[in-house]
Amino acid sequence: MMITTIHGLVDDALLEKRVGVDENENEIVNWTEYWVRDELVHRSVDMHLKAALFADAVSANFE
Amino acid sequence: MANTQAFCTSAKQEILNGSHALGTQAANGVRTVTTKDAFKMALYLASATVNATTTAYSVTGELAASGNYTAGGNAVTNATVPTTSGTTAFWTPSASVSWVALTSSGSFDCALLYNDTSTGDLAVAAFTFGAQSIVAGTFNLTMPTNDATTGLIRIA
Repeated sequence: MMITTIHGLVDDALLEKRVGVDENENEIVNWTEYWVRDELVHRSVDMHLKAALFADAVSANFE
Repeated sequence: MANTQAFCTSAKQEILNGSHALGTQAANGVRTVTTKDAFKMALYLASATVNATTTAYSVTGELAASGNYTAGGNAVTNATVPTTSGTTAFWTPSASVSWVALTSSGSFDCALLYNDTSTGDLAVAAFTFGAQSIVAGTFNLTMPTNDATTGLIRIA
């Protein structure tokens, strides 16, 4: 499989693949990196938002 | 400075004024909204200051227009009408927002949802997340489940 890198398309057989998942109360992050020795040549992220923004609708009473 | 997740204060007023059409509505005796507005999400550097006081899209603090990032961000797919469940109204984009073949100009941690149809690109909400950098890759912003508990925008 060819991977888009900062050096153009590279066969993934020539790359070191690293993957990981980070999760907190706000999001789930799935990341994929490809390395050539000590050089990061590709990084992709899927950021899954969990938190919703919330607005309280408040109405006053007539006095 | 830093970005802060928030429902923009100005947007709350604008919703009361009918300035954001996330969906369409039948005639209310004064006007009929037959065409919903178009929305976009722009990405901001972790060093930017996007928060509840943000009133409109701005290029200040946004990712640079390089590495396949286009100023103004990407369009939000809006095929889901706002709806209610119990006492909560909610809306969520109907698809992920993605940036492909992207090399970000820096570390970013905020996506600003704004009304691209409106005059002045009125801000709606700022969403923050753990800072990321993308290298010749894809940044995919996946939306939460569209319901009264996790919908992206909720009013209760």
